[in-house]
Amino acid sequence: MADKGGLRSPLARASGLGPAKNGVGHWWAQRVTAVALVPLVIWFVASIVLLSNCSYERFTAWIGSPLPAVLTILLIVATFHHAQLGLQVVIEDYVHREGTKLAGIVLVKLAAFALGTAAVFSVLKIAFGG
Amino acid sequence: MASDNRPLSPHLQIYKPQFTSVLSILHRITGVALALGTLLLVYWLMAAAAGPDRFAQAQGLIGSIVGRLLLFGWSFALFYHLLNGIRHLFWDAGKGFELKTAFISGWLVVAGAVLFTLIAWILAYSVMGGV
Repeated sequence: MADKGGLRSPLARASGLGPAKNGVGHWWAQRVTAVALVPLVIWFVASIVLLSNCSYERFTAWIGSPLPAVLTILLIVATFHHAQLGLQVVIEDYVHREGTKLAGIVLVKLAAFALGTAAVFSVLKIAFGG
Repeated sequence: MASDNRPLSPHLQIYKPQFTSVLSILHRITGVALALGTLLLVYWLMAAAAGPDRFAQAQGLIGSIVGRLLLFGWSFALFYHLLNGIRHLFWDAGKGFELKTAFISGWLVVAGAVLFTLIAWILAYSVMGGV
């Protein structure tokens, strides 16, 4: 862009972060997790459908075996990363009181970490026979 | 303040809802619904990690009428968000912005989401021996 006479300082232009202060990092992470989630979600839904109403032993044997365990953990990480990025944008768009907005975003991020950790721990516990 | 007299752009309710704009807000609504739905997923995994009794309890809850209705809604939301998300990725690549293409892809997303939801549930019931 030929932004020579712009109002933005040279530093602001060089850092390329824009008014939202985080540049394209957020946008890019949302897309990368989206691409990862396409095959992971299809695999997970298909597996769960085929395991409909199965026994505890069959379910834990399945999710505890190496490939399903790893794919499920990847699914959990990508899901919660993608979800908290999306919810952040929704909050930023509709909540305009600065304090409430900040509180909402912090809550969403902490909840995503907590739920993601709980889910990953559950899979590992099953996998390692707890 | 003088700025109070500035003209405002029309509020959202002024506009007639269009197919494309309805699909757009539906992407957001299903996204939020799916985020809430992760609570059920985490509960289910934790129940499985806690042992057979807790797992049976969770399966009973999810298998109840209310649980199945919620799961049905969430499965549609998931397929819709998944397919419309792929539509968004094409837009991100700069493709499919023509009005005609946007309408066609929109209908494909809706039809695909309905189809995938039905297939998933028919398959699930046949696995359980119900079909």
